[in-house]
Amino acid sequence: MISLSPLAPPGVRTSEGTAADLVCYPTRSQYFALVKSFKADAFEMCVDVCGVDYLHHLERPLPDGVEGTRFEVVTNLLSLSKRQRVRIRVQAGDDEPEVESLFALYSGVEAMEREAFDLFGIIFTNHPDLTRILMPEDWEGHPLRKDYGAGNVPVQFKEAPGPR
Amino acid sequence: MGLEDLQHNFLTGQIEDLVRWARRASVWPASFGLACCAIEMMAAGAADFDLARYGMEVFRNSPRQADLMIVAGRVSQKMAPVLRQVYDQMMEPKWVISMGVCASTGGLFNNYAIVQGVDQIVPVDVYAPGCPPSPETLMHAILTLHEQIRTGEILRRRSEGRPTHVEDAQNLWTPEVPVAVRVGTPK
Amino acid sequence: MRTIEREELLVAETSEGEQELQRRSNTAVNELGREIGAVLRSNDLHIDPTSIDFDRQDDETMIINMGPSHPSTHGVLRLMLELDGEFVLRCKPVIGYLHTGMEKTAEELSFIQGAVNVTRMDYLSPVINELNYSMAIEKLLDIEIPERAVWIRMMMSELNRISSHLVWMATNGMDLGSTSMMIYGLRERELILAFFEKTAGLRMNLNYVRPGGVAADLPDGWKDDVTVICDTIDERTYEYDQLLTGQPIFRERMVGVAPITAEEALALSVTGPLLRSTGVAWDLRRTMPYLAYDQVEFDVIVGTYGDNFDRYAIRLNEIRESIRIVRQCVEMMPSGDYRSQDPKVTPPPRARIGESMEALIHHFKLFTEGFHVPVGEVYSAVESPRGEIGCYLVSDGGAKPYRLHVRGPSFVNLQAIPLLMRGGSVSDAITTVSTIDPVLGEVDR
Repeated sequence: MISLSPLAPPGVRTSEGTAADLVCYPTRSQYFALVKSFKADAFEMCVDVCGVDYLHHLERPLPDGVEGTRFEVVTNLLSLSKRQRVRIRVQAGDDEPEVESLFALYSGVEAMEREAFDLFGIIFTNHPDLTRILMPEDWEGHPLRKDYGAGNVPVQFKEAPGPR
Repeated sequence: MGLEDLQHNFLTGQIEDLVRWARRASVWPASFGLACCAIEMMAAGAADFDLARYGMEVFRNSPRQADLMIVAGRVSQKMAPVLRQVYDQMMEPKWVISMGVCASTGGLFNNYAIVQGVDQIVPVDVYAPGCPPSPETLMHAILTLHEQIRTGEILRRRSEGRPTHVEDAQNLWTPEVPVAVRVGTPK
Repeated sequence: MRTIEREELLVAETSEGEQELQRRSNTAVNELGREIGAVLRSNDLHIDPTSIDFDRQDDETMIINMGPSHPSTHGVLRLMLELDGEFVLRCKPVIGYLHTGMEKTAEELSFIQGAVNVTRMDYLSPVINELNYSMAIEKLLDIEIPERAVWIRMMMSELNRISSHLVWMATNGMDLGSTSMMIYGLRERELILAFFEKTAGLRMNLNYVRPGGVAADLPDGWKDDVTVICDTIDERTYEYDQLLTGQPIFRERMVGVAPITAEEALALSVTGPLLRSTGVAWDLRRTMPYLAYDQVEFDVIVGTYGDNFDRYAIRLNEIRESIRIVRQCVEMMPSGDYRSQDPKVTPPPRARIGESMEALIHHFKLFTEGFHVPVGEVYSAVESPRGEIGCYLVSDGGAKPYRLHVRGPSFVNLQAIPLLMRGGSVSDAITTVSTIDPVLGEVDR
């Protein structure tokens, strides 16, 4: 388990994770500064940003001092020089989830944050172009939320025709 | 050439056969490959399973020059109007083969994002099941279509609103839509 | 009724509003800078301010639409280009035309059924998708895979990499006009698909790599089959060299076109051959080895200029390196079980079901409900032919994933398109999209 860099904001909880060198749990206000400190510490690439809706699993295990909310944004960073991976889980909020965008640090998160907005409704402040990316423009709702149904069409199985 | 308007008699019968032969011997598909089935469609057009033997190796890029639209792959809600637009741009007579289970019924993906069967958007003539259907299945679907063109069933169906392959003989239950590809060689 | 008379209905139906490229009069100055290439300005990279033509009038340029249904066989990608004559000024990809809701479907399928879903994301390399997903589950389950299963997985992944790069060479050749390359690439691929059919039952989208191992052992006589595949393809790569590599027209169209630098690639989170073409030697098989890649010898191919020709050369040589790995797998394949015997994951042998009640109940529970994965979350990544494919899996202790997110490499690589296209001509645009090798199944999921 690696440690936070000295530039990281104080009071960020960390823990060990499965298949990660470190998992951090910043609050919304600590998030940008934390990622900035990692970037300065040779984490050159932001590999993935995704959202999770914990509506049916609010009692997930979190370290002490971290209050879980319904929406979470998970960011994975990769250091090519040190060959390390870091996972950052920030609690985005319950009703109107909002986090700061990482576009100013890593340009490659643009499409990933747009996808999290499209499918979950998480607003990323300071994102240059927060529009839907996967769903049609006039779609209503955010499909990957747990209270949005899967949209199954009931299949009626008819009796097959007799021998031909 | 509108065969439907001709008076059917002995002389025009030969011309009709000729026209039907011409139509089925050089069906030109419009390329509408969407997902995994598109790769199998490309494989069907390539060396080991050659579609050129049916005169179909030219996948016309412009729908205005194409006869057949092989909808190969899953059609999402965003793609549906585009599909309809491409179909509308094709000229009569035109046919549609729905390739794969995703195009035929929505397949594995029974959810908000996929149109449950492309026959909700365009009228389909032959359904080819499989995920993805191997090139042999696609070729069987094409041969079924050729058979339907040869007997003229397809045009008769359109004009009278009747389904093809109806066997009234023993009052069996008949499907309201054209049957799926049958196993076995076409007659 | 959408007809020619009512054209406004046709246009209105397919317009995607805000997602499209807007006319210059509707675009703010900083938006313009971002679309053109100053996407990197905030990473303290120097962008020449004179290269951004803010004063260009609206009527001097033309916005055209490429796709989503277009002949360059990369799937349903829609590119909106702003052109000045033949040259591309701005470009915006619009995606989502193949969005299948696979992440939502994954929450309805159990862990063992999930491989069927995940395998259809990147449909050119299905084994690698399944491997990615299975490895994420195994990390949460914390089980050991037997040696033979690991080597079988490695061999199938490398065969898949060869077949994916062959499709790439076929379609790339076709985009540049060489239809014979299309036929050659797909002909070689048929050899591999025949082997897949023999092993797994399906040519494509084989549901073969499962959590715990693989679905079935390799068939009898596999060593001969695989050796024939290796020998044939190895020899034919030299034919491709003759056809394409030295050929003047091919070189004119590919050398020096659409270069990208290492800093730009890292800022855009690009991975795979696109990143390696800039000189960064990052290949997960070598730098963060998984399966048994640290026990086989192979080289990581790296380019210098980051242009289209480098990407072509990297993929061609990766075919040769993968053949090397497959040959070593054939020699070094251990014997043993092809799937883990851990009772949490594997059903008991069929013969025992008739004898023991527990075995019957165990079998029943595993096949109706599925195995349960302990509470937790994991991000695990492998190297696909397009880059780093990752799987972020959250489990709530049940038999179905709580959240499955797959980080598709093509989704992220497509962000490099506006940068690569700028200044090139429309014909280069086709070539560039081709060398990025996007597979829209994993872009849209």
